[in-house]
Amino acid sequence: MNIEPASLRERLRPGRVHRSLYTDPEIFALEMERIFGRAWVYVGHESQVAKPGDFFATRIGLRPLLMVRHDDGTIRVLHNQCAHRGAMVVAAESGHASEFRCCYHGWTYRTDGRLKSAPLLNGYPGDFDPADPRLAMLPVARMAVYRGFVFASLAPDGMGLEDFLGPMTQSFDDMVDRAPDGAIEVAGGVFKHAYDGNWKLYLENLCDAAHPNFVHQSSIEAANQQSDLVHSDGAGEIAVRQMRQNGAPYSFWESQVGIWTYPNGHSYLGDYHDDAKLVAALEDPVFREYIAALEQKQGKARAREILEVRRWNSNVYPNLSFMSQFQQLRVVHPLSVSRTVVYTYNFRLKGAPEAIFHRTIEFANTVNGTGSLVLTDDLETYNRIRMGMSSAGAEWLQIGRGFETDRDDGNGGRRGLNSTSEIYIRNMFDAWLGYVSAP
Amino acid sequence: MSAPSVAAAEGFLVHEARLLDEARWDEWLALFTDDAWYWVPTSPDQSSPHDTVSLIYDDRRLLETRVRRLSNPHIHAQNPPARASRIVANVTVEKAEADAAVARSKLVMVEYRRNAQRLFAATVRHRLVAAGGALRIAWKRVDLINCDAELEGLVLPF
Repeated sequence: MNIEPASLRERLRPGRVHRSLYTDPEIFALEMERIFGRAWVYVGHESQVAKPGDFFATRIGLRPLLMVRHDDGTIRVLHNQCAHRGAMVVAAESGHASEFRCCYHGWTYRTDGRLKSAPLLNGYPGDFDPADPRLAMLPVARMAVYRGFVFASLAPDGMGLEDFLGPMTQSFDDMVDRAPDGAIEVAGGVFKHAYDGNWKLYLENLCDAAHPNFVHQSSIEAANQQSDLVHSDGAGEIAVRQMRQNGAPYSFWESQVGIWTYPNGHSYLGDYHDDAKLVAALEDPVFREYIAALEQKQGKARAREILEVRRWNSNVYPNLSFMSQFQQLRVVHPLSVSRTVVYTYNFRLKGAPEAIFHRTIEFANTVNGTGSLVLTDDLETYNRIRMGMSSAGAEWLQIGRGFETDRDDGNGGRRGLNSTSEIYIRNMFDAWLGYVSAP
Repeated sequence: MSAPSVAAAEGFLVHEARLLDEARWDEWLALFTDDAWYWVPTSPDQSSPHDTVSLIYDDRRLLETRVRRLSNPHIHAQNPPARASRIVANVTVEKAEADAAVARSKLVMVEYRRNAQRLFAATVRHRLVAAGGALRIAWKRVDLINCDAELEGLVLPF
């Protein structure tokens, strides 16, 4: 890649970013090499490979990977690629297998990626050795697990996962601790929604407290005009309440919600879902039943402590966003500089009443659904950004709101004066510059 | 009243497709019963909308909100608006009861928006009930053949 570090630095100015960072294919190639090729990237959850032999097809950037539970119970993350001629070995999205056989010439691998057998192993050059550990579905350079969340890195060296996550570990703790039994599992299917726009737009939008009143005006108004007397089996009730909540005035976002940012590009919206702001308020009978289950398993004091964590969307740069109240997780997969697909998952809280999981599904349909009344306007907005950015009129985009009033958070990070600060975008670009300008 | 015939069901489904093609959303909504649901699953054999996510799962309250939003001037995903042409065919009547039946049909919908066309194909089931001399939809399930694909936003109902 022949973009000079100085040229990369020059594309960022205080409170401004050059549009080429969203539109230039060379920048995208550099991001795949130096961000997705080096950072800790979320690849899946341990519950997706619960038993030995279970596998889940995943990826880092454009590279297909396989997360698999080996015979010894450990999780391995392998390149989904045959050592012979390079074909993708496993075609299924997920499943169970005792071995993996390539469709091309039958090279067969164990569940830890080692070559088990291959036909016609004769006549190769003298240095060919079937026992060579490189003749394998090779493991990624590094993998690590935090509270069941599996990350991989294609770089052999670098900081450990917990150092990389920093205070974001508490967001993962929050996801898991809310389960009365202290464990969660991926359940309830997946959404795969695609848009013609850059991958960075997605994470930016998930911490953007200033966009709902404009982007979501149609669903906010439609929900505000909806009679609550009309029949609902629960799905419409959750959806309509969340859409109305999206219409909270600026005074709400400026006085009651905060934005926190941390090294390596991470951030979260906080102070959002306390008692008064819950979409499913604490007085809700389903939620009360859940709290009772949590208190029974964890004790009242600990339950209180768990529920007082008030983080909304937590973004772990470069590819993950999740939220605990409705057990949602989104994984961003860049496909090209102007094409992105996002996979969204749900978690079941073990030990919680099933009705809580139904709320999780209803909420997922509302905000992450491909046919959602909410998300479809976000996707259109990403498309408009791509189209608009192809114009050279505004070379410099404004990401400066809150620049003068951001401050240290006392925990190694920086926070906005309130949630409308664009500090989360500036923070992501600080991390971006560190990644892409490192040789 | 008696269970709808194949001819009656087909006539009804063709009428429904026309209302949708012509964006007559309120008239489409009026075809549904007061406790109806409308479902587009994310997997081919999905057994429930409550424990697995759905491309669309609307109870009557959410269906009303969806229809109202389609006419809202600020629906960015419909600026410019999409147009669609729906072909309904292969209609059969299953599970006929005294005054209701499940109609099974094939739907091909071509959607056009902003210089791009998308093609959808689905097996559709309607539970049609006879009430007051007319048929109404008690539930409608649309199984897209690409329900588990990576998809761009779905705004127009099927």
